[in-house]
Amino acid sequence: MTAPAADTGRTIPTRRNTELALLLFAVVLVTGAEAVVDANVRDKVSLQVAYYGAGFAALWLVAHVVVRKVAPYADPVLLPIAALLNGLGLVLIYRVRLATKGRKYPSADPKQQVVWMVVGLVFFIAVLLIIRNHRVLSRYAYTLAALGLALLIMPAILPARFSEVNGARVWIRVGGLSIQPGEFAKLCLLVFFAAYLVDKRDVLSLASRRFLGLALPRGRDLGPVLVAWLASVAVLVRETDLGMSLLFFGMFVALLYIATERTSWLVIGLGLFAGGAFLAYHLFGHVQDRVSIWLHPDQFYNTVYPNSYQLMQGLFGMGTGGLFGTGLGQGYPQLVPFAESDFIIATVGEELGLFGLVAVLVLYGLFVMRGFRIAMSVRDPFGKLLTAGLSVSMGLQVFVIVGGVTKLIPLTGLTTPFLSYGGSSLVANFGLMALLLRVSDASRRPAVQAPPKSPLAQAMTEVVTR
Amino acid sequence: MNKPLGRVVAAILILFALLVGNATYTQYIHAGAYRDSSNNARVLLSEYNHPRGNILAGTRAIASSKKTDDSLKYLRTYPEGPIFAPATGFYSLVYGAVGMEHSENGVLAGTDDRLALSRLSDLFTGRSPKGGNAVLTIDPKVQETAYKAMAKQTGSVVALNPKTGAILAMVSTPSYDPNLLSSHDSATIQKNYKKLLKDPGDPMLDRAISQTYPPGSVFKTVVSAAALKNGTKPTDRIQAPDGYPLPQSSHVLHNFDGETCGDGKTDTFTHALTISCNTAFAELGVNLGAQKIKDQAAEFGITGKGFKMPLTVAGSATGDMPDEAKTAESSIGQQDVRITPLQGAMIAAAIGNGGTLMQPYLVKQIQANDFSVVDSTSPKKMSQPMSSGDADKLTQMMKTVVNAPDGTGTSAAIPGVQVAGKTGTADNAPGKAPHAWFIGFAPADNPTVAVAVLIEHGGVAGNETTGGKAAGPIAKAVMQAALADAGGGH
Repeated sequence: MTAPAADTGRTIPTRRNTELALLLFAVVLVTGAEAVVDANVRDKVSLQVAYYGAGFAALWLVAHVVVRKVAPYADPVLLPIAALLNGLGLVLIYRVRLATKGRKYPSADPKQQVVWMVVGLVFFIAVLLIIRNHRVLSRYAYTLAALGLALLIMPAILPARFSEVNGARVWIRVGGLSIQPGEFAKLCLLVFFAAYLVDKRDVLSLASRRFLGLALPRGRDLGPVLVAWLASVAVLVRETDLGMSLLFFGMFVALLYIATERTSWLVIGLGLFAGGAFLAYHLFGHVQDRVSIWLHPDQFYNTVYPNSYQLMQGLFGMGTGGLFGTGLGQGYPQLVPFAESDFIIATVGEELGLFGLVAVLVLYGLFVMRGFRIAMSVRDPFGKLLTAGLSVSMGLQVFVIVGGVTKLIPLTGLTTPFLSYGGSSLVANFGLMALLLRVSDASRRPAVQAPPKSPLAQAMTEVVTR
Repeated sequence: MNKPLGRVVAAILILFALLVGNATYTQYIHAGAYRDSSNNARVLLSEYNHPRGNILAGTRAIASSKKTDDSLKYLRTYPEGPIFAPATGFYSLVYGAVGMEHSENGVLAGTDDRLALSRLSDLFTGRSPKGGNAVLTIDPKVQETAYKAMAKQTGSVVALNPKTGAILAMVSTPSYDPNLLSSHDSATIQKNYKKLLKDPGDPMLDRAISQTYPPGSVFKTVVSAAALKNGTKPTDRIQAPDGYPLPQSSHVLHNFDGETCGDGKTDTFTHALTISCNTAFAELGVNLGAQKIKDQAAEFGITGKGFKMPLTVAGSATGDMPDEAKTAESSIGQQDVRITPLQGAMIAAAIGNGGTLMQPYLVKQIQANDFSVVDSTSPKKMSQPMSSGDADKLTQMMKTVVNAPDGTGTSAAIPGVQVAGKTGTADNAPGKAPHAWFIGFAPADNPTVAVAVLIEHGGVAGNETTGGKAAGPIAKAVMQAALADAGGGH
């Protein structure tokens, strides 16, 4: 891929109308899915479906209009993919809610998710409006690092009653609100990683000693890497959040490798990961439990703890769904605990079948690939690393959670981006998408016809030298 | 930085390929195992999601589905459970579908190919899908009469239409209530099931088709058929000693209660049957030889192999008859001869139907959920155990069993209707009262019903029992009910 011809003065299409068309297509699919759920579960389709569809369309059209105004050259595919995943998620959350309505503890309320969707939208617009030039972000790298670490460590420090939900200590609970700070920490630390590595990549890639054919970095350059690794392990130990620590570490190693172009970092990273995993397995019971359930789910079906009921019911649902699925509203996702959040992928597999599940994976794949495409085409190293990191994090997260639910790897708790119930994740992913769009806009925006709206911002970017 | 970036992209793509591959394994390659896992309630839940079709006896629903408020949307109910249990079986959350519920499951669940058109129309009309109905050949009045006539006795009654093979009644007592096993509470179902299993009366055993019994003198009809085929005439005098020393044995066979047949040395063939003379038939059997008896029995369906109607019927068998002593004992329905009550009714039906045995069947029609008939059973010939001439002769002989003053089956006589029949009083275990049997048909010359009644261990008559005393009156009641209802046409 080559950088877009920003200097040639050619007219570059903004492709906003493509985005609009794709967005409307997503709205039609989501509204149709909602109607099918009503027809199958409630035996009637009322005009309400049209209102819900219109409301959904209106919210995403606001996002579209904002992009049209402040990031007109941004990638046209990301927003519609996110809309489709988000809409499908809402339909499924609503569907599982209908199935669990009579219970003492029904599944999560779709209305709550709509509220989070609005918050996410506001965050999305705020990011796009405030960050007019992504390079500005790198100036706040250390501030964001501190914020990210604070967010990450907070649940571990807070008393359990403020931080623990269903055994996972990854929350901050204030009043009626539960926030999973890890999702935001992820974004903050990514910005820091990108900025730090752009700054240090020469040192990291050049200053080295050779050992066993590998070019090893100097000890002091390893410091921040070790800090990142230790932070991940600390999170793992204290918060029993395997998924998030895996994600952090994977992201960081990938960025190191991209920044320095040195295979040695990859080897070191994977070595540290292997060592960490080995230690974690031998030191912590909950890690062993996860692995045992993964290896022998049949043996733990009727046990009190560890218990494979959720995993097995998810697999039963997917197996029963088969190639085509039972159809929306015709399966039994209510048999799977957390079918609207952690196990929403099992709900997709049961009701939409293998084809539906693969379609969702293709959507994620497209989203990630569009992200990488932005990373390939943008010319400034910070933007490149930032978008690469965002894409890697999205791809890894989908792999870890989908792989966990489908028993490819041991199950670890991570949200399914845009799809699953959960406010923090949805809001954070809106932010992630805003950053991708911002960099994408910058990479395609023709230089000649792009007088920065704020001359001040332009002036500031020139000062950025470390 | 684009070169390592490209490699990272490749790595992420590989991870996605792994996800797709694993999803394919989960939802396609290994899907069947997950779907059919005993811990997966989904298949069951979706079965309970739609109303199951009715099992009908005539126009009466003997199994139907009622709407409920719990997660299993429909409850299977059996309005006269114990009476029809052998015909319906049960549909249980815990133990699956049993009996007719099992063998016609495709129709009742609505998945049978014959219902494809009906399913299609449901799709277009938006009617909620419902299974088809299985209409049984059972005549509810005959079934009820038979069940009530058995009262507290252990045994079975089977009634057939001899011309078609349609099963008009199939009773087994003591019976059980299928409703106990079809509730939506699996703990209660398991408790009830265990209780039924422990019950010494063995109520879940379908005695009509699943259990075989020594037929005793009822088997003399088969030996008679073989003798007629072999040229013996009903008026011929045959050996009928007071005691028949069993060949190659020190044992002497006597008649029931030490009675004398005919003049004490010989008797007519007809009279020997009328009074059920053991020595005459033992010697007759020995003279015919084991092979002819076995062949004749096989033509009546006593082949040792079971069949489906569509419920599985246990095989009735004659045993080996390796020597003359055993052939003699077998000729009076003892030794190793074992038949089901249904088989008893089949023998009577074949004789009554001019020697033609019709294939017994229990399902008359398959209906779509709008009660339109999508399939109906046409009667099929099973075999021709006798010529029609011989069948007529045997019918006349069996009429004397019921009509003659010294006949053993006078208790089955119906005023104004000619009844042909044969009693049996079968020793089964040392120290236990014999089984009482009656097989017969009416009206004798153009029968619309053939019946077999079996009462284990003599029933209320105990050791004093005979086929005539205990089983005859029940056969009479059942035949009367069938004759009264014959206008219904089966």
